[in-house]
Order: sequence, then structure tokens, then C-alpha cells
Amino acid sequence: MIREEVVKVGMADLRTIRGSGILRTTGLGSCVGLSLYDPVSKVAGMAHIMLPSSELAWTPSVSPAKYADTAIPELIRQMTELGALTGRLEAKLAGGAQMFASVSGGDSLRIGPRNTETCRRLLQERHIPISGEDTGGHYGRTIEFHCGTGVLYVRSVQRGVREL
Amino acid sequence: MSVNPLNRLADFQLDVLREIGNIGAGHAASALSLLLGKPVNLGVPKVRLIPFEETCDSVGGPEQVVAAVFLRVSGEVSGNLFFLLRVEAARVMLRKLPGMAAGPCESFSGLESSALGEIGNILAGSYLSAFADLTGLNMQPSTPALLLDMAGAILGSSLAQYGEIGERALLIDTRFLRGEEEWEGHFILIPDPDAFDPIFRSLGVPLP
Repeated sequence: MIREEVVKVGMADLRTIRGSGILRTTGLGSCVGLSLYDPVSKVAGMAHIMLPSSELAWTPSVSPAKYADTAIPELIRQMTELGALTGRLEAKLAGGAQMFASVSGGDSLRIGPRNTETCRRLLQERHIPISGEDTGGHYGRTIEFHCGTGVLYVRSVQRGVREL
Repeated sequence: MSVNPLNRLADFQLDVLREIGNIGAGHAASALSLLLGKPVNLGVPKVRLIPFEETCDSVGGPEQVVAAVFLRVSGEVSGNLFFLLRVEAARVMLRKLPGMAAGPCESFSGLESSALGEIGNILAGSYLSAFADLTGLNMQPSTPALLLDMAGAILGSSLAQYGEIGERALLIDTRFLRGEEEWEGHFILIPDPDAFDPIFRSLGVPLP
């Protein structure tokens, strides 16, 4: 069996692939890992989103992947260049946890749920259906999107692997 | 849009933060030595602006499973304080405590968890009181939370405020270790970006 190429998506980073290969991002806490996929052209993209809105920025950001509202259009743009059609895209979401919810003041910004909510809203505005979601809770996740099959694997320390 | 406060941190300011890490972790390590009845050594604190992607490198990468005691610090200085060990290291350390036989099981027992939480609480308390004594600033820790999870999920989730101002975060990371390689852990203080002004003002450190 041919070992598939793994493309690493860093924090506040986004990547696209086509045909085969794996997109992987590790240690999602309050961050959201968003994957978009066009099953016909087999173009896949993943973003590791840190914050909901670029309006929160103090200074102009150099990385569009950091914010949901800039990551999603940029991911779609790059995927379209590889041959994806926006009308065929489907999304999967993971992450958006509240890691410090048990600590007073530890999670006052509710970044995790806000990241998830913003992604959902932005996808809905673009009529991109969400075909799988594993968000919330109080634990971390590592995700892998397999371009050949369109499956998103979500792994966590206590809960093992879940397939979306 | 305002100025990124991190751009004003030059070598001298970073040295001052390094000294805070040294004094804070020094007190915490003495407390830990007392608890364990054995000396605990400290590394030189690492203080620098780290790209988000690299914040977990010193503890084994974003997927490394760690035991972390987390406290939110509020008051005149606010930030996040972590006492963090790899799970295996936490187990070895627990075994050294009088009356504690740490089991081989994957997760920690209730007793082990509360012992770790309490150790974290004592250590964080010594770290913060040394920091407060040095600066004369008022700071209160929250009750501690014990997390067993991937380092990336834990540390990454504490960086939102840095995400708003740039692409890097400031960590005051002090490694402590027992013996040559029996186990090691980290005290990591991540001051909120607006905490630097009060810290430097209290110490009479000029800001460029």
C-alpha cells in the first residue's frame, strides 16, 4: 500500500490538496479545525482557526487563516484555483472546546464556542452544508482529513478516534 | 487599532521577565523539594516571543499528552499560569510522595488527581507570591484546574489575546528537573499582553 502524503496544517494556518493525501492538524483546543471538500474534483482544504473575527485584531493580520471570517473565503479561493466548485463544497468541523471552563475567568471570552458559531454562520451564508461536526466539550482534538475518501478522523486523548 | 505592546520588548525587558521566571520558579521549586524531600533543579528560564506553532516545542509538541495544573491570575497583573508535566513524569513524581503508590492505569485515580492539583496549587502559590513580592503588585490566582490533554489544546487555548495582536506569544518558561533524567516539568507563565506595562512600571524598568 502506498503511504499517503501528510500535509501538516499549523496553528493559524491553512492548506489545500487535490486527488490524494492527508491534511492534518494537531492539538485543537478552543481553535476550530475546518475542512472543506469537493467530492467531484477531490479538492480538499483545511484551516486551523484561532479566533472568530478579524474585527478583534489590534493590528492588520498577516495570516488570514487565524480568523474564521478571513480563513473561509481564503480557503475557498485557494480550492477554486485547484478546480473545486463552491456549489459542490461540503464542510466538516472539529474543535471549539472550552478547555478552562471550570476555572473562574479562565474562559470568560468563550473563544471555542464563538469560533464554532461563527464558522457555522459563515458556511450557511455561502450555502455550504456541514456534513460532519464534533465540536465543544472540554478536551483537545487532533484531526486528519483523507482526500481520497472524504473522511475526517477526530482523535482525542480520552475518547479515541471518531470518524466523520 | 493600537500599537502592539510586544514590539516594545527589547533585550533588557526580556531579561527582567527572565528574572521574574527565575525568582518565581525558584520559590516553587523549593516548595516542591520540601514536598518530595529531594532537591529539584531549575533550568534558565526561556523568555522570548514564540510563533504560535512553536509554543509547545519545549514540552514535546502539540500532541504530547501532559498533565497541566492551570490557574488564571487576575488583579493588577493578569495572565495564565501552568504547572505542566508529561503524564509519565507526573506518575514518577507522584510515586515519590509519601504514602502514594501510583498505579499503572491510563488515567489518574481520584487521589492522584487531587494530589497533583494540590501540588500545582502550592507551587503556583509560591511562584505568584514571589512574583508579587518582587513587584509589589496585587494578583490573585483562581482555584486550580487539572487537565490531562494534548499540550497544543491546553497552551493553544490560552493564547487568544495574543492572537488578537499578532502572530507570536510571550511565554516565561522555566524547566525544572529531578536528577539527571528522573523527570522534568515546566512552569509556564503567559502574562496577558496588557500586563507588561504594570510589571515594568512596578520595577522601574523604562519602556522604549
